[in-house]
Amino acid sequence: MSEVRAEAASAAPRHSRRMTGPAVVGKARATACVCQAAGCLSAGSDRVFENVTEQLVSDGVTDVAVKRVGCLGLCAAGPLVEVPETGELFRGVDPDDVGALVDRLKVATSVANKPEREPFFARQVKIVLENCGQIDPENIDDYIARQGYTGLAKAVTQMSPQQVIDEITRSGLRGRGGAGYPTGLKWATVAKQVAAPKYVVCNADEGDPGAFMDRSVLESDPHRVLEGMAIAAYAVGATKGYVYCRAEYPLAVQRLKAAIHRAEKSGYLGASISGSPFAFHVELRLGAGAFVCGEETALMASIQGGRGMPVPRPPFPAAHGLWGSPTLINNVETYASVPAIVRKGGDWYASIGSGKSKGTKVFALAGRIVNSGLIEVPMGVRLRDVIFDIGGGIPDGGTFKAVQTGGPSGGCLPEELLDMSLDYESLVAAGSIMGSGGMVVMDDTSCMVEVARYFMDFCREESCGKCVPCRVGTTQMYLLLTKITEGQASLADLEQLEKLGDMVRNTSLCGLGQSAPNPVFSTLRYFRDEYLAHIEDRVCPAGVCPVSTSAHNSASAPKEPVA
Amino acid sequence: MLRLGYSPDALIEVLHTTQQSFGYLDDVALTYVGQTLGVPLSKVYGVATFYSLFTLKPQGEHTCVVCTGTACHINGASGILAAIRAKFGIGPKETTPDDQISLVTARCLGACSIAPAVVFDGEAKGKQTPAAVIATLEAL
Repeated sequence: MSEVRAEAASAAPRHSRRMTGPAVVGKARATACVCQAAGCLSAGSDRVFENVTEQLVSDGVTDVAVKRVGCLGLCAAGPLVEVPETGELFRGVDPDDVGALVDRLKVATSVANKPEREPFFARQVKIVLENCGQIDPENIDDYIARQGYTGLAKAVTQMSPQQVIDEITRSGLRGRGGAGYPTGLKWATVAKQVAAPKYVVCNADEGDPGAFMDRSVLESDPHRVLEGMAIAAYAVGATKGYVYCRAEYPLAVQRLKAAIHRAEKSGYLGASISGSPFAFHVELRLGAGAFVCGEETALMASIQGGRGMPVPRPPFPAAHGLWGSPTLINNVETYASVPAIVRKGGDWYASIGSGKSKGTKVFALAGRIVNSGLIEVPMGVRLRDVIFDIGGGIPDGGTFKAVQTGGPSGGCLPEELLDMSLDYESLVAAGSIMGSGGMVVMDDTSCMVEVARYFMDFCREESCGKCVPCRVGTTQMYLLLTKITEGQASLADLEQLEKLGDMVRNTSLCGLGQSAPNPVFSTLRYFRDEYLAHIEDRVCPAGVCPVSTSAHNSASAPKEPVA
Repeated sequence: MLRLGYSPDALIEVLHTTQQSFGYLDDVALTYVGQTLGVPLSKVYGVATFYSLFTLKPQGEHTCVVCTGTACHINGASGILAAIRAKFGIGPKETTPDDQISLVTARCLGACSIAPAVVFDGEAKGKQTPAAVIATLEAL
């Protein structure tokens, strides 16, 4: 298996000392909010912060503030700097040439009529991301200034645990990790358990390739997740919580650690929260590079220091979880939705969204799309609006071919489905899933058979090996897909692939195996002609697979036995 | 280990710390960790080999991580791997004979918006091309 060392994958900023912005006298006339999330950092935004600050200081400017903020969303155009007073967004700021930006900051003043925002921003509705790009993630006062921890204070001082659960149930919030289980119901199940102690776990093992929502939330607004966890702990009667974060996100880990420390010092976590008798402690646990650990029973095994291997359910974690105790497990985004629901009420949240999918969902746009980055939209929005209005369409004049949602457990949706509504039920009906919210857009340079093979390779490597259908089935499916991409397959192989997929789906132990065939089934459903082109005509329509070179060999020359 | 209270549950945390200090996990380290935490060596070895972030082999002077997540795959990560193989003769999980560069691949670094992403000695770079990666590696 390919591997990556924790420190090697580090995208953490190099500076350990934390440089502060220029000293501001009185109220700042303008603020330069410099994005310090992973995407912009890799493009040098930490140096943008330093150079802008130095320039302002050396020019003697004392009424402009420079602030580190979390993800501004439009990662493709980083490093990003936003000036909230004027509504301006500076893209692609060169760290070594900040002169123009500094000149603008010197004269920028607050305007009443901000310029109309482009569709990427204007069409979004931000609840989970409301603070992202607005606050300094390492400054708890910034979070508190934007009503941070008021939801927790309201819950523990004015509401009973049952009232909190009722509020969450009324909101219609469903698990944002992908499965969409009603959150209120899950909380009520854990609350009912009489055994003690109880645990609250935050699943921050965002393993789906193409998904980076949880990463951005943790990097940009870590206190929001902690507040959501504390509210959940109060509701279900837990006193101890764990955040299980993947080690590939060093910056998120660092900010989360700092946030836990600060929240404990400020009395928002720890012995007596907001002056009430309620106590809640949070610990951080790191993953070590195993995709299967996103599965809840594997995750718990990993928190307890073991190999991340799933066990059959029931018993569910709600009854028999960490160390055999009742355990509530929710995803980062689910917890991040909770503070606003408690603050503004479940009815308010339920008024957003559509049908059985309430509220908003954060999506990560990536692949062949102009505005790759992070967005939050109401449930039920049209797929076309997300990809073309918000996402800006396909770059370099390419043609849209498919969008992959839900990672290795999801599927590829074709152009015909662009007008579908984005909600849990519609996506499942279309053969994909909501998943955690990754959306990878593909144009005509991608071969759908090769994409299916890519995901099967992923599942084959990430299978924990415990159950046979997943361990052996994914490998055999991968070999069949390889045969097709090499132009060596027959129609019988295709039939075999479908049969095997059905078997793997129905007999695997956990979600990894059960959903592993999804990319194959969805591409077969919508792009069967591409499979047939590889098999019958021995050509790859996208020109990606190595079929054409072997086509002549297999047709004219006698075939070598395949090893 | 003291900080984590010598708890057997802290095995993964302790292995992380050990690898950070020594670069990789050798037999001595695994045995010591097992004895100190009261965990059988078989379990320590099982955990160390189950998780892909742990390595039992010493690594080269420099590390190059090529992300092979979906977005990076779509945007040409395989071309970068091919170029590295052509230039330095190493594939994923291999180190050049002079122990200078270790190449590893990552499942997804979550840097999808700047795909394809490559991490050189802990510093992430986005929108990479095969030529740019080779140039950076040669300059290391």
